[in-house]
Amino acid sequence: MTSAIKRKQNLFAYAFILPFFVVFATMLVAPLVYSGYLSFFVDRLIGGISFVGLENYLRAFQDPGFLAGLGRTSLFLVVQVPIMIGLALFCALALDSGRVRGSKALRLLIFLPYAVPGVVAVLMWGYLYGKQFGLIGQITGALGLPETNLLSDSNILFAIMNIVTWTYVGYNMVVMYSALKSIPTELYEAAEIDGASQWRLAWSVKIPMIRPAILLTVIFSIIGSFQIFNEPKLLVEIAPTGITQSFTPNYYAFNLAFVNQDINYAAAIAFLLGIVIMIVSYVVQLSTQRRELQS
Amino acid sequence: MTAPVTIPAAAPHRKAYNRDKHRSTLLTVVLWMAVLYFIVPILWLFISSTKDNGDLFTTFGLWFGRDFNLFANIADVFTYKDGIYLRWTLNTIVYAGVSAIGASLLATMAGYAFAKYQFPGAKVLFSITLGAIMIPLTALAIPTYLLFSTVGLTNTPWAVILPSLASPFSVFLMRVYAADAVPDSLIEAARMDGAGEIRIFWQVAIRLLGPGIVTVMLFTLVGTWNNYFLPLIMLNSGELLPLTVGIAQQQAASAAGGGAQALFSTVITGAFLSILPLIVAFLFLQRFWQTGLATGGVKG
Repeated sequence: MTSAIKRKQNLFAYAFILPFFVVFATMLVAPLVYSGYLSFFVDRLIGGISFVGLENYLRAFQDPGFLAGLGRTSLFLVVQVPIMIGLALFCALALDSGRVRGSKALRLLIFLPYAVPGVVAVLMWGYLYGKQFGLIGQITGALGLPETNLLSDSNILFAIMNIVTWTYVGYNMVVMYSALKSIPTELYEAAEIDGASQWRLAWSVKIPMIRPAILLTVIFSIIGSFQIFNEPKLLVEIAPTGITQSFTPNYYAFNLAFVNQDINYAAAIAFLLGIVIMIVSYVVQLSTQRRELQS
Repeated sequence: MTAPVTIPAAAPHRKAYNRDKHRSTLLTVVLWMAVLYFIVPILWLFISSTKDNGDLFTTFGLWFGRDFNLFANIADVFTYKDGIYLRWTLNTIVYAGVSAIGASLLATMAGYAFAKYQFPGAKVLFSITLGAIMIPLTALAIPTYLLFSTVGLTNTPWAVILPSLASPFSVFLMRVYAADAVPDSLIEAARMDGAGEIRIFWQVAIRLLGPGIVTVMLFTLVGTWNNYFLPLIMLNSGELLPLTVGIAQQQAASAAGGGAQALFSTVITGAFLSILPLIVAFLFLQRFWQTGLATGGVKG
């Protein structure tokens, strides 16, 4: 290829990527940089806006509300993500094993909640949990079980975990199921001739083969957990004492910016949250990929 | 990573595998029981949307009330505040539609270029794009709001559409997809015939990339359709709101309203109606999203 043709092709390649990178720079990079910039200032009633260096960050690290929100999110992450990914993996493996009747219908029905907007999911579960005409209360009442307030201060986090699990098991299952379908069946046949059980097959052939897909779902779930906003925002009216202003970091940043009008501190919280998410996702990625790189 | 990418058209290495021999009753029962967890809430929402407020409070949630009020409720939904629900629906369609078409067009062009051209800086730019997948979008919403308010973009449809156009994950997906779906030999042949690069993209590549584009479009559509945080902070005027924010406001009004006006059945019916379009879209486009997702999953 002559260099003139090559140069012409490069030009077209840049033209193809240009629109995306214009949007990328203005909609992702610029807000990120601006948020970092804002976080170094403070707007005081007396004295106006002044540069304060890392003061907002020092404040965040001593802010019991922010730290509690971060702790709550971490608890959410440690409890909810394994349950959700485990359920999704179990369903994907069961459907892929071909031992279940009606697997095509099952796959669709489990996926269905993903098509329900988060707002509707929270609103619906709020009603299901609630005292007014809550289905859960109706059922436990009919069974003679003691009445429990599912929206109490100590239960609200678990109530939210359930909503998120309900919404995303199906999505994660489809990602894993699609990956399972792309494993060459020769691998199964060889193992089945050797007399391996389905459990053994799943554990030593299928799960290792779809590790990239599982990793993808785990990372997206981590990012999602740290960003929880809809649930506290919409449930605060029916669980006003359990959901504090700083229930999750993202909800806290929203309240700081739009209720307290403390834009600079909100920017610092949002920026810190982004950094925490990137560190956690990166660590998860590194720890799982190390083994693959060695092999 | 060595695992292959599934392409919707065919999975040649997957033979018809004789799996019908051992059905497991136990596993079948376990899974159908599990499905109840996913389906019962949606079923409850449907049944509740056929009840009036009285039946909602006095009858069992999983069975119909004394009267079948679905159509009366639907009429209430569409007449609430001079038909604002229809306005919210149209807004949602416009925001989600424009975002989905725009984001997938940008992602397809960029993904195709990354897959099929070797140009200086490609590696660095693609790594940056990959890294950006980790950026939490809601952490950007507040600074984006501040930037938009300085240029007067808040409280306009653009405030919701523009941020939705940047989808690094879609670029990644389209790059992986284009690498296999568009053969290099075909591009070379088209060049020999004298076709320009732009014509090759529009007339050759786009057709082969169809299933990938549909997947990306569907998921960006769902992303914008379901978005609540961004329109909540960006929009003030009632007539600009999408369904998510509108329904949430209506629900808050019904919860706070007390004796004033019992809106529960209207909120529930509105919520039920709002999930139908996406369910229909997912049902009809199954072939695409079920396999298209594998592209990201396998190479991710």
